[in-house]
Amino acid sequence: MSMWVALLIAAAIAFGLKLVGYLVPADLLAEPHVKRVTAALPVALLAALVAIQTLTGPGGAWTLDARLAAVGVAVVALILRAPFIVVVVLGAATAALLRLAGWA
Amino acid sequence: MTTDARRAEERRLVIREALSVGIATGAYGISFGALAVSAGLDVWQACALSLLMFTGGSQFAFIGIISAGLHAAPAAIAASSLLGVRNGLYALELTQLLGVRGVRRLAAAHITIDESTAVAVSQSHGKAARLGFWLTGLTVFALWNFTTLVGALVGNALGDPKAWGLDAAACAAFTALLWPRLKNRDAVAIAVVAAVVAVLLAPATPPGVPVIVAALAAFIAWREPRRGAVDTDGDAEDSEPRRTGSEVQS
Repeated sequence: MSMWVALLIAAAIAFGLKLVGYLVPADLLAEPHVKRVTAALPVALLAALVAIQTLTGPGGAWTLDARLAAVGVAVVALILRAPFIVVVVLGAATAALLRLAGWA
Repeated sequence: MTTDARRAEERRLVIREALSVGIATGAYGISFGALAVSAGLDVWQACALSLLMFTGGSQFAFIGIISAGLHAAPAAIAASSLLGVRNGLYALELTQLLGVRGVRRLAAAHITIDESTAVAVSQSHGKAARLGFWLTGLTVFALWNFTTLVGALVGNALGDPKAWGLDAAACAAFTALLWPRLKNRDAVAIAVVAAVVAVLLAPATPPGVPVIVAALAAFIAWREPRRGAVDTDGDAEDSEPRRTGSEVQS
């Protein structure tokens, strides 16, 4: 699968999911269990993505490096209510500086 | 104050809210653009994702997983789609409120994201809600696409992504997307289980698969919530667009 094909399929599904909410009767998804699970999906997915991106390297091998320090700094920034872009830049800067210093 | 004056004041507040949310969100399109090219997309592909997919969390998930290589494409599509499910739930909430038909419904669907929904549902009456939805959605759309292009060009010019910590920037971005959703003990439990499952599976499964399997942790929310547990309406009703910092599109 080429990057373009993957991208267009993913984009089409994203749009379809948005549109379907305007087309289906509202009570179809009103079942509370289903609503709770779908609402919880982003938490599970994003947590998994944080963990994978931070703690694994090529081939999925467990790795501890500058990325973990970057996430630590990001969490501190989030506790201090820093805006998204500041959190991201601080994360990048942390890793870049640690690597420059040869520490990670 | 007369009704007219109150309406005008309310309108002014909605406009200010919509524009500030739009600008804050647009700003982090830069990080998306830069991360997309460091994940192996070209500038056009980064821009196409923002233009066509237009839902930040799914876009970050897509590039995060596909950075492992094109063999991870099915998992990248699956993860971005699972993250996009919530936009469909927002649409369910909005369909009455907006009352859109035909082409306008297609346009409304495309800009149905965290921010436009949050601004819309936080208004006290229909007219302000509709103004908030369209103005927020369109402002975010314009700025998100423009800043994606800027970020992609910057990312292209930077060279080695690791020297600039761009891989760590992706970790920080996902952390910032997750953070405002950890609102109660159930959400934290789901996050911890998902993270542990994903890391344990990572060495033994193809890229992206651990993330999809970890999504099953969401079923922890199936049973009756304890007091203050996972909000059934997702983030839409209680996110606070005014302190927009980390309350970002996902």
